[in-house]
Amino acid sequence: MLKTFHIGGIHPPECKLSAGGKPVVLPVPGQVVIPLSQHAGAPAKLLVAKGDEVRTGMLIAEASGFISARIHSSVSGVVSKIDDVADAGGYRKQAVVIDVKDDVWEDAILREGQTLPTDDLPAEEIIERIKKAGIVGLGGAMFPTHVKLTPPPGCKADVLIINGAECEPYLTADHALMLEKSEEILTGVRLLMQACQVERACIGIENNKRDAIEKLSALAPHYPGVEIVPLKVCYPQGGEKQLIDAITGRRVASGALPISEGAIVDNIGTVFAVYEAIVRNKPLIERVVSVTGKQIKNPCNLRVRIGTPVRHLIEYAGGLPEDTGKIIGGGPMMGRALINADIPVTKGTSGILLIASQEAQRQSSRNCIRCAKCVAICCMGLEPNYLMNISEFKQWELMKKNRVMDCIECGSCSYTCPAHRPILDHIRMGKNEVRKQEARNA
Amino acid sequence: MKLIISPSPHIHSGDSIEKNMYGVLVALAPAWIVSLVYFGLGALIVTLLSVLSCVLFEYLIQRFLLKGKTTIGDGSAILTGTLLAFNLPSNLPAWIILIGALVAIGIGKMSFGGLGNNIFNPALVGRVFLLISFPAPMTDWPEPGFFPPTYTDAVTGATTLEMIKGHFGDLPAYSALLSGKIGGSLGEVSAIALLIGLIYMLWRKIITWHIPLSVIATVALFTGIMHGVDPALYAHPALHVLSGGLLLGAIFMATDYVTSPMTGKGMIIYGTGIGIITVVIRLFGAYPEGLSFAILIMNAFTPLINRYVKPERFKN
Repeated sequence: MLKTFHIGGIHPPECKLSAGGKPVVLPVPGQVVIPLSQHAGAPAKLLVAKGDEVRTGMLIAEASGFISARIHSSVSGVVSKIDDVADAGGYRKQAVVIDVKDDVWEDAILREGQTLPTDDLPAEEIIERIKKAGIVGLGGAMFPTHVKLTPPPGCKADVLIINGAECEPYLTADHALMLEKSEEILTGVRLLMQACQVERACIGIENNKRDAIEKLSALAPHYPGVEIVPLKVCYPQGGEKQLIDAITGRRVASGALPISEGAIVDNIGTVFAVYEAIVRNKPLIERVVSVTGKQIKNPCNLRVRIGTPVRHLIEYAGGLPEDTGKIIGGGPMMGRALINADIPVTKGTSGILLIASQEAQRQSSRNCIRCAKCVAICCMGLEPNYLMNISEFKQWELMKKNRVMDCIECGSCSYTCPAHRPILDHIRMGKNEVRKQEARNA
Repeated sequence: MKLIISPSPHIHSGDSIEKNMYGVLVALAPAWIVSLVYFGLGALIVTLLSVLSCVLFEYLIQRFLLKGKTTIGDGSAILTGTLLAFNLPSNLPAWIILIGALVAIGIGKMSFGGLGNNIFNPALVGRVFLLISFPAPMTDWPEPGFFPPTYTDAVTGATTLEMIKGHFGDLPAYSALLSGKIGGSLGEVSAIALLIGLIYMLWRKIITWHIPLSVIATVALFTGIMHGVDPALYAHPALHVLSGGLLLGAIFMATDYVTSPMTGKGMIIYGTGIGIITVVIRLFGAYPEGLSFAILIMNAFTPLINRYVKPERFKN
């Protein structure tokens, strides 16, 4: 029997239209927009000014606190302006706009094929290099990886879990990467094991990616301690808590971090970025992005420089279809609807998904018929319908008591609701209010 | 191009209130066909009258009293009408059916604010109202025939539960209980047809196993114990499970979304309660059948169950 998490879950149509394609390198665009806030935590501190010349891989913003990450130029050229630019969330935030000239890389970065020796690198050295390379979680949460690898005092990891579930419908970036860079990923896993000093690593992959499971399983014996774990196709298999539960049977408590159960979780894309940082001294300046959607002509996986406006990706995939209702950064369940096609790809952009107007339009909400389907599918064991009802009456305290903060916002409740109730919207509102209240009390 | 901006999720399962309501109606079809075979014209007239009057009353109340958008398209009024008909004898005079439909829709459903807000199963509110208001016609059961062309002029006899209660007559064979060639409310007679409906609803994920199984298991267990104590006084548990409206109630009435609990555990408590109350009424009460009362009583407990029985959390 395939492993899976123990409560709830749904199985939306997989729609992996771009599966199987090797990532294609997207030509460098004429201009990139690199936001200074591409990670959880404080925005990075700007190091360049208008008119400065930059090279590919050059540091352009320094981490500005413990939870923050460095930002590097993904292209070579001239900084044309520093401006506030809308990001995936729709808010205007500081960004560096660079006009591209040639593609001159920093000398310290090794060319593809060349490698640095990695044997016996001390853990601190690996973590330091990850920090220097500006690596954050590429799955979408964009949490700085070096922070994750530095457990708080008293905590010790004993297992590294690699998230290759890619449970969101449509997305295939991690799948493509696992097929194309299998050995690099396994080397990256070994490096991460060295960094957090664990003997065991598990790569969890949903069973709809048989080719990736087979390829990695064939290679894994050469990498001591690395196991490939096929997982049941069930959303949200790649949720951090769900994945730890599925693979180890350990359940992370309310409000706790994975490290409380001895686990550290990293995404496949992150592992490959770690490999490139340690072995090629290459900072995180590009990533694989799926460009997909039912209307799109040529669904594909692209290797894209960070800061490339999504317009270029869509054009490569056959252009913006006439009938586009939504451009989504990320997957259909947890991604964000972009306000236009000029939003740049950031470190956390795993996909660009186009949805036709009719599907993008929400249907009007009706009375709850108490069918209990949302309760049955909630992967955190909450009562989504009840949380929504009390949210409508602004019962924030009661929401907190009913564990609203446990919600991982996977969206399964709104997806499932036969009455089309915007359940997750109301849960988010409640979470927000509870957070505000906690901040006031602190 | 105008882009739509809204929070995630950006896709929907495509499930709808209509799909669930019409799904239940499809699951009821086998039992209805059986009722047409055994009760003929009467079954046809009673069902059509009940459904049409339920839909009409909902339309009129929504349009002229609540002055809201009509909701009859969602299928819930058709379902209430069908379930009400299934709980009536097939020779019930038309005017009584109209009263039942008015009580079911008007008092049972619309007075609470329509679908989703009612606390009692509307069809059962109608049925129980008729049972205590018109006890004679409501317990006058036509004998099964083969497409009989009779309605109120049908030949009548006793139901299995009445025979058990009064200790008279020859109890029907199990084969008759399974196929439905017995006296009773028009939709309750055939165990096999109702079970086909159950399988269909489980397959379509319209309902879960919790409520039907807990009701049936509780009744079987409770009557089994009593039968073991005194077989002469208390009938065999299989007879109890297969007769009366037990399967109809456990599969189609107790599982009504709006009036049943939200969690698996809550559903089992609710189903067990229905089972116990049903058996107590059947064995020790004045009425031969107690399922309708049992469901309505447990409907009243549903909010309480929802309040105290929380789902299994990811981690406690």
